[in-house]
Amino acid sequence: MSAANKPLDIKKSAVDAILAGLISLIVFGPIVGVVLDGYSFNLQPARVGWLVAIVMLGRFCLSLFLQTPKGLKILQGFESTSSGVHVLAPDYKSRLRWIIPVLIVIAIVFPFFANKYLLTVVILGLIYVLLGLGLNIVVGLAGLLDLGYVAFYAIGAYGLALGYQYLGLGFWTVLPLAAIAAALAGCILGFPVLRMHGDYLAIVTLGFGEIIRLVLNNWLSFTGGPNGMPVPSPTFFGLEFGRRAKDGGVPFHEFFGLEYNANIKFLFIYIVLFLVVLLVLYIKHRLTRMPVGRAWEALREDEIACRAMGLNHVLVKLSAFTLGASTAGLAGVFFASYQGFVNPSSFTFFESALILAIVVLGGMGSTVGVVIAAFVLTVAPELLRSFSEYRVLLFGVLMVLMMIWRPRGLIRISRVGVTPRKGALAYERKAP
Amino acid sequence: MDGIFLQQLVNGLTLGSVYGLIAIGYTMVYGIIGMINFAHGEVYMISAYLAAISLALLAYFGIESFPLLILGTLLFTVFVTGVYGWVIERVAYKPLRNSTRLAPLISAIGISLILQNYVQISQGARQQGVPTLLEGAMKFDIGTGFVQITYTKLFILLAAFVGMGLLTYIIKYTKLGRMCRATQQDRKMASILGINTDRVISYVFIIGAVMAALAGVLITMNYGTFDFYAGFIIGIKAFTAAVLGGIGSLPGAMLGGIILGISESLFSGLVNSDYKDVFSFSLLVLILIFRPQGLLGRPHVAKV
Repeated sequence: MSAANKPLDIKKSAVDAILAGLISLIVFGPIVGVVLDGYSFNLQPARVGWLVAIVMLGRFCLSLFLQTPKGLKILQGFESTSSGVHVLAPDYKSRLRWIIPVLIVIAIVFPFFANKYLLTVVILGLIYVLLGLGLNIVVGLAGLLDLGYVAFYAIGAYGLALGYQYLGLGFWTVLPLAAIAAALAGCILGFPVLRMHGDYLAIVTLGFGEIIRLVLNNWLSFTGGPNGMPVPSPTFFGLEFGRRAKDGGVPFHEFFGLEYNANIKFLFIYIVLFLVVLLVLYIKHRLTRMPVGRAWEALREDEIACRAMGLNHVLVKLSAFTLGASTAGLAGVFFASYQGFVNPSSFTFFESALILAIVVLGGMGSTVGVVIAAFVLTVAPELLRSFSEYRVLLFGVLMVLMMIWRPRGLIRISRVGVTPRKGALAYERKAP
Repeated sequence: MDGIFLQQLVNGLTLGSVYGLIAIGYTMVYGIIGMINFAHGEVYMISAYLAAISLALLAYFGIESFPLLILGTLLFTVFVTGVYGWVIERVAYKPLRNSTRLAPLISAIGISLILQNYVQISQGARQQGVPTLLEGAMKFDIGTGFVQITYTKLFILLAAFVGMGLLTYIIKYTKLGRMCRATQQDRKMASILGINTDRVISYVFIIGAVMAALAGVLITMNYGTFDFYAGFIIGIKAFTAAVLGGIGSLPGAMLGGIILGISESLFSGLVNSDYKDVFSFSLLVLILIFRPQGLLGRPHVAKV
């Protein structure tokens, strides 16, 4: 292309930068520069100056970059849509088969070295891995935008708290029940909505998430309102993890003749959670290779074509939505027993947005990406506490940039191809 | 008739006319590019801050007469919010025109998070307020109780209807309006016939932001307080109004806004005010289930 030889037009870039500066002055000037203080205000012009300078510099560099051959290529990339799934050669062996056993070994060895703080951080990370995996089925594989995902998480968490309070249920009974309850809620909500145009689902789930949170917040006599509810500790075949068991029972450490350790409850949650995550990973891995998994992805790419091929789009979408919801229900139970109490402020829209950010960043449909993103987004804030003010802002920026740069996520979804069997080919040749 | 009932009817009408103004932004954007602009509620929130900032600035320069104050605030807020609408479209949605269906929705969520936190960081998390601009009220004695209509509410109704009337005129009778309608009907055909559809889409975002700005000024006048989180709830409610009236239809947005405002006010006045948001959201879910095309909309037909 001749564009490669064209000299850089610095004048154009400068004009771009000045225009961007003017606009950013209008945009940032009032909100950043004039800080309200009661009915009067304080002026902070320096902050505006910095922001405008950064915008101008950024626009100038971007403008210059887009004139280079590399930039032009990126610009052309916006014009075309990339294909959804990358198909690998049939005999391709993923490097993951080495990484996964290593990771499992690390996960087994880890608790022996971890202190309580590290353990809780990793448990939180694993809970978000579970949530990310669940939402990944809904958003990544089936292409349904669920903005009230946190509602199902809340159903799981409050299921444990309410079940204990009113029915005397424990961790192990609620674990499957919560998954079923969340799946049912997803079914009831999803069935009518999934028949309609896809975008409506986003807003209905958003509304549903808020309804659940508001009801939990306002129904003082049943859920305890903003004060929340206590959650029982999990038990191991009826053995409690406390220093002393209630009602004259034998605590776990005495039964096995171990020394009392306050970490043991978290250790237990960690182990069970890790097993559940592995199970969900395995189920998801198998599902994406089953007809229903293929149907999810096909429906995501082209709904009209799928319906023309005779797929029942409502049932296929509903299966993804329900499965995602039940995973969130499981995560909710773990979250509640990890925290020891639940209150509605853990289930705000921001939580949904965070899980969505995990899925978006990890790559729609990519399992490995979601696991990595879940750990990065939950562990990073622990390390960067001084930046916590800017955390949500950064999530927002990341979401927008990711959508512009790589709407399908950092890690490309790839799948090993299949060679047709020899017999089948021979049959085709013989046929007239 | 019952005094409380009439009073809530009046409150609902003012609230609903403002919902209608915000709903216009959702309905026009959805009509033209088929996308739910989740950041629209945040644009409203920005305009509330801008209104308060402008009032504070004008008061600092010693302007105290109501017409000048409100005119200055409206001009300033509408202008800056319009620029916000344009910038958001340019930065977050335009590069995604040919991307996957989900991409602009997620990008909109990102913008919504950015705007909320940007305002929280720069203005602080505390509630902000504006002084009462219009004092006084009209009182009617109707036997069983009093109905009070404050001048602020009257002004809101007047301003909202003038704004809607102006917009209807623009869409129906001007060249810009014709271009908008053509692009809404068939974007490809419109661009073949020489309409710069990218520019029309920008205009639609600016119009939506301007209407949200008008709503922001009016609501801020009425309630006096707001915070950085205010856009979220009002955004969903305005979207409910847009869906109720039939998304993509302008008169539908106004009608839906007024119906939602009145029913919400009646519910909070007569049944339970704690659950008024739950009521609105349940209404949204129910409408989408039983009449997704809304009151004045046409059923959605998928085209290949």
